[in-house]
Amino acid sequence: MEKLFKILTRISASFVFVILVATVIVLYLTARPAIEEFGLNFIIDSRWGVVETIEKNVVAIGDATASAQHNNSTDPIANSNTDSSGIDNPTHANTSLADDVLSSNDDIRAVDDFSINYDDLDIDVDSESADTDDASKRTVYGGAVPIIGTIFSTIIAMLLAIPIAMGIAVFLSEIANDFIASIIGTAIELLAAIPSIIYGMWALFYFGPFIASIFGGHSVSLLVAGLVLGIMVLPFMAALSRDAINTTPHVLKESAYAMGATKFEVIKDIIFPYAKAGIIGSIIISLGRAMGETMAVAFVIGGIFKFAHHTTDPTISVPVVLANNFAESSGMSMNALFYLSLILFMVSVITIFSAKYFFLRKQP
Amino acid sequence: MMRLLINKIAILLSTAMAVLGLLFLGWILITLIIKGSASLSPYIFTHDLVNDGIRNLLWGQFVLAGLASAIGIPVGIMAGIYLQEYGNHTRYASFIRDLSDVMMSAPSIVIGTFIYAIIVVPVGHTNGWAGIAALFVMMLPIVVRTTDDMLSLVPIELREAGMAIGAPKYHVIFHIILKAAKVGIMTGLILAFARIMGETAPLLYTSGSSIYMGSSLSETYPSMTVSIYNLATMPDEKLVGLAWAAALILTLAVLALNLLGRFLIKEKRL
Repeated sequence: MEKLFKILTRISASFVFVILVATVIVLYLTARPAIEEFGLNFIIDSRWGVVETIEKNVVAIGDATASAQHNNSTDPIANSNTDSSGIDNPTHANTSLADDVLSSNDDIRAVDDFSINYDDLDIDVDSESADTDDASKRTVYGGAVPIIGTIFSTIIAMLLAIPIAMGIAVFLSEIANDFIASIIGTAIELLAAIPSIIYGMWALFYFGPFIASIFGGHSVSLLVAGLVLGIMVLPFMAALSRDAINTTPHVLKESAYAMGATKFEVIKDIIFPYAKAGIIGSIIISLGRAMGETMAVAFVIGGIFKFAHHTTDPTISVPVVLANNFAESSGMSMNALFYLSLILFMVSVITIFSAKYFFLRKQP
Repeated sequence: MMRLLINKIAILLSTAMAVLGLLFLGWILITLIIKGSASLSPYIFTHDLVNDGIRNLLWGQFVLAGLASAIGIPVGIMAGIYLQEYGNHTRYASFIRDLSDVMMSAPSIVIGTFIYAIIVVPVGHTNGWAGIAALFVMMLPIVVRTTDDMLSLVPIELREAGMAIGAPKYHVIFHIILKAAKVGIMTGLILAFARIMGETAPLLYTSGSSIYMGSSLSETYPSMTVSIYNLATMPDEKLVGLAWAAALILTLAVLALNLLGRFLIKEKRL
């Protein structure tokens, strides 16, 4: 009984590990076609769903139709073969198998690598038009626009949240008396508990137009998205920073006061240096949150694939791409979405882990 | 003199920041109450979304979060027990602790994509079980963390006393340690439940949302948060109003749960 119980608890604990590892593996596997196709270029490519024409080897028109028919007939075979044989590079295997079939028909011709490549990618989308098309095309997906959007909205959020959160944290721990601090502290924590979709809705109908009336531009924009994000993470950041500030020993503060230091000097010279690691850690964790936030941003960032040239222009961020485009995607665009998801996941895991490791480790 | 002035300004600024934070809370809540209560009526609680009500959404959200908790709470508590009672101070336990913290802050939309890939794709359409799985993944690390923290507050003497009278360890854990940490763990569970009640992103394409009463969990299941997201951008004023009403109810429920959790903890301290 005792043994059984112990094993059961151990299995439960391992669940956390299993889920995390499974997430990485599943995301990687589903993203792999996109990773192989676009590589690291994905991060700096700003085109999403743009059809790109690739120069094609010269094939006589009559042959092209014939070859298209062959491709049509051989593709399913080739696909099933690659699936079962488990070769590392499906595109390559596909080509060679198609080659084999063609040569066994004694019908040797220049088989265009790219056309087969294309068939392989977009089989469920429009393989027919691809077969009959003369020029070979492929649809390019690049993540630069949402990645830049995410980075900038997070920066705006941090610029807003850090000063306000620090102000609140200092107010709660050093300025307000216990009664006021407990009331305002609870209020701030309630602000943190409000579901993110509520922030998004509020921003869409009230905050966005309000910001647009001050700064001009659209009521859905990078700026509005960043500010909403900032408002959303600030209670979280304030609560964590307050806890860090509260770890400063009273003796240190009292000796500074005894030397005649003002409150501001105590805060600046005693508390902040002492609680520095905890405060930086709380900022980085909040940054990780802001980066991955979906619903607060989805309403107000605009959701269009375009770089924002001004902060008041609409753009898109990684989580919003995932939220908006997932339902209508299939084939390569789906793989590209998983690629984005994997990038987001890895970046946020690294962010959080480094915050934990470098800054929050020594906390009791 | 200058020092005192700077001090005054700094304190004033800091107070202003706190007021600003409260201002945002007030703005959001007042907006919600005004817009939400305008569409609130007994009618919406007795009809499904197909007839412009939110009954099925309330039910659906509750079922999804409830079933996710039904799986997540036992697993999470067991994991917490392992970390604190069996594996404490081992490398494996601290490794799991770190992972669980990382998972707690992982973007919720990514968890949605993960569940989509392993459940929705094989099944072929959005379904209630996928939504439950996504919420379970969201909830698990929170429960693990709370249980771990709360058990660490139980004094070691209690464990020793139990051991000394010859009780087996699992007996000590169930009848002494868990009882001592009961209130703290309850609070954590309430907060975790409140958190997944308000989640939208992991449900977007796992459970989806349906306008009918969810008949079966293997079909697309109604979800309040996803429906709020869909309704809020509709051109129809009435549907937007309905979204506000749903948002108000959701927020009140989440905030009430949070206050309840806080109240429990306070009661214990007295």
